[in-house]
Amino acid sequence: MDFSDIILVLDSSVRLAVPLLFAALAGLYSERSGVVDIGLEGKLLGAAFAAAAAAAVTGSAWIGLGAGIVVSISMAMIHAFASVNMRGNQIISGVALNFLALGVTVVLAEAWFRRGGNTPNLSGDQRFGSIDLPFAAEAQANIPFVGEIYAQLISGHNILVYLAFLAVPITAYVMFHTRFGLRVRAVGENPTALDTAGMSVGWLRYQAIFVTGILCGAGGAYLSTAQGASFTDNMTAGRGFIALAALIFAKWRPWQAMFTCLLFGFLSAMQIRLQGVEFPLIGEVPVQAIQALPYILTVILLAGFVGRAIPPKSIGQPYVKER
Amino acid sequence: MSESTDTNGQRPDAAADRPQGREVAIELRGINKSFGPVRANKNIDLKVEKGTVHGIVGENGAGKSTLMSILYGFYTADSGEIFVNGQKVTITDSKHALELGIGMVHQHFMLVEPFTILENIILGAEDSAILETSIARARAELKRLAEDYSLTVDPDAVVGDVSVGQQQRVEILKALYRGADILILDEPTGVLTPAEADHLFRILEQLREQGKTIILITHKLREIMAITDNVSVMRQGEIVSTVRTADTSPDKLAEAMVGRHVLLRVEKDKANPGDIRLEVNNLTVKDDLGVPRVKDVSLTVRAGEIVGIAGVAGNGQSELLEAISGMREPVLGEIKISGNPVTFHGDDGAARLRRAGLAHVPEDRQRLGLVTAFEEWENSILGYQDDDRYGKGLQLDIKAAREEAVRRIEKFDIRPTNPRLKTANFSGGNQQKIVLAREMDRDLEVLIVGQPTRGVDIGAIEFIHNQIIAMRDEGKAILLVSVELDEIRSLSDRILVMFDGHIIAEVAEGEADERTLGLYMAGVNEPAAAE
Repeated sequence: MDFSDIILVLDSSVRLAVPLLFAALAGLYSERSGVVDIGLEGKLLGAAFAAAAAAAVTGSAWIGLGAGIVVSISMAMIHAFASVNMRGNQIISGVALNFLALGVTVVLAEAWFRRGGNTPNLSGDQRFGSIDLPFAAEAQANIPFVGEIYAQLISGHNILVYLAFLAVPITAYVMFHTRFGLRVRAVGENPTALDTAGMSVGWLRYQAIFVTGILCGAGGAYLSTAQGASFTDNMTAGRGFIALAALIFAKWRPWQAMFTCLLFGFLSAMQIRLQGVEFPLIGEVPVQAIQALPYILTVILLAGFVGRAIPPKSIGQPYVKER
Repeated sequence: MSESTDTNGQRPDAAADRPQGREVAIELRGINKSFGPVRANKNIDLKVEKGTVHGIVGENGAGKSTLMSILYGFYTADSGEIFVNGQKVTITDSKHALELGIGMVHQHFMLVEPFTILENIILGAEDSAILETSIARARAELKRLAEDYSLTVDPDAVVGDVSVGQQQRVEILKALYRGADILILDEPTGVLTPAEADHLFRILEQLREQGKTIILITHKLREIMAITDNVSVMRQGEIVSTVRTADTSPDKLAEAMVGRHVLLRVEKDKANPGDIRLEVNNLTVKDDLGVPRVKDVSLTVRAGEIVGIAGVAGNGQSELLEAISGMREPVLGEIKISGNPVTFHGDDGAARLRRAGLAHVPEDRQRLGLVTAFEEWENSILGYQDDDRYGKGLQLDIKAAREEAVRRIEKFDIRPTNPRLKTANFSGGNQQKIVLAREMDRDLEVLIVGQPTRGVDIGAIEFIHNQIIAMRDEGKAILLVSVELDEIRSLSDRILVMFDGHIIAEVAEGEADERTLGLYMAGVNEPAAAE
């Protein structure tokens, strides 16, 4: 593997990390506010379908993105209603939304487009195209290494990739340097403290979950209209769950979540690259075994290396006013 | 000790200095509140004068907390009127109460543990969307508050890392930061050590001097006598009397609280010690961090006597109890029950000791004594569920267990009398009775009791004390650990004082005046020499 191969793998890691990153940051808001979100997967899938469908019909990737976000927010609000107002079990609500998305997307895709549960292939303005940053070509030609990194790794992605990575410092700032972030973190630790200070626990959780909806929507749209070129049945393939694992591995912190997502992205990139490669002594490893690698690693990381991930204290518990 | 007599001595003069008929900070008229069929507050009329400390006493369940929750906007009263500084108000929520200058320090602190003290203080009262700006202002304000009221805290310390006393100061600061003029403190000393409680009282005096009004809810009469100007007694949802503290006495207050005469001092006959039942030799116990907490302790408890262990909390009493009850393996030393040494290996020490005839009422009933999510009858057999009388093999004889629970409910006057009720729904005193009933109502040789009346109201304290004395008179050996010196003094036939892991003194009943014991507890070996 030479230098440009490494750059290619890293480039591919970044692309593969983006949906994870959107979903992990999305989960961060919800979970920091004390609401477990196992429904990230469902929201990604719902948004992926809505974005692809809307882009196919209207011809605009941006309208697709909007549709994805709207669908994701709607699903998030159902989750918020179940968790906050109905004080339901948040795991059950999340799982229900996952199943709902899995079924409804295929049924609607079949009903609307008659392509075996997929949406039509998107092209041109129906997708988010790559953006070349200024002087990319010149830098690659004139500056060794750094120029290539700039041109290949940093430049040449679509807008959603940049938005995903921009969301990291924004999230870190919002969470740790604003009033809203302080309150969200507080409501996840001790909602009674907020209630007795005269604030509404439910309203804060709704706000946090709303942000979750926006970010998941962008993640879903990325899958079908930027990384891919159509919606396919179950196209998220567990990314929502991996994002949740990354979030826990990162102990609910934004920068750490980004690095974890990049790590998972890198594993996926290696997985693609290692398919069909002859290993010394072992020979060619069956493709299924290699495809399973990121998932196996998720389990190992979570079980063995995460240390004690201390979640927000009130996570998963519906808030009931005491006495 | 000398300090409390000073304050008591001053009280009548101080009260006389104050003008009569001063301004009223809070007035409640005809407040009623029901929860289903339960009338928690009945026609409450209450006036709290500005610049005073007003005590509200009453047993658990008397309606004190409900009344304060109405005042703080947690609940809305079914009927009645509230006046704050002469203005009629309708308090809709906590935010509104805060705007009216009413702040509350809850019994269980409303703090976010991973946050710093500053973050906790500004939470909900941030004056800008950007945190740094709010924090800078709060830091300056906190400095001023610290100077005005000698409420010193480290603003950047993480709340979860500081002591309970400090956490309480943060709660008070939170209320003051929001501009509270009227402070409600709900059972503020329940979680404090005696030294921390003294510190709190000094802070409260300071606040009163600065013109703040304080409502102190408690069931500890000593606190009422020490700090309050006026006191209202609540019983079964009603205020039964409001008097100047200077004009009343603990006996009168206790009687008003319970509705009958209460003996604050336990009556008991002289002990008749028999054979040695519990023998502890050269016991050394380390805590979880490997720090020795009990150092070379030897003691004996005979049949028919109560041995009390006095000491400031944290001097090894807890670890000693844990070792004797089999919860913690000692590093060195031996424990004998009725002459038979108990061996420790593995985790079944507690079960083995129980089979040997030892019963244990743990210090912390909620953490060690009960599963509060269980129904009462389940807790009534917990730890003894393998006994043959509750069924054989894998089968649990639920009927037998429930019948026994019903019998114990009657015998120990546990209320409510429903064995199917979740244990969390019993009051502290009744939870303690559930533990006591389970541990005492069986064949035993040695009873170990830790903090038997912590957080328990007066009527129940009397009952529990009488039960312990009755066990003694039946010829059981009883080891009592309590941080309440009064309790140790009134129950024990012999008192051992523990300091820094050692037993540094043994005092017989009657020879123990409060001052001498206090000096021993402070680690002075020869109180006579310290004169």
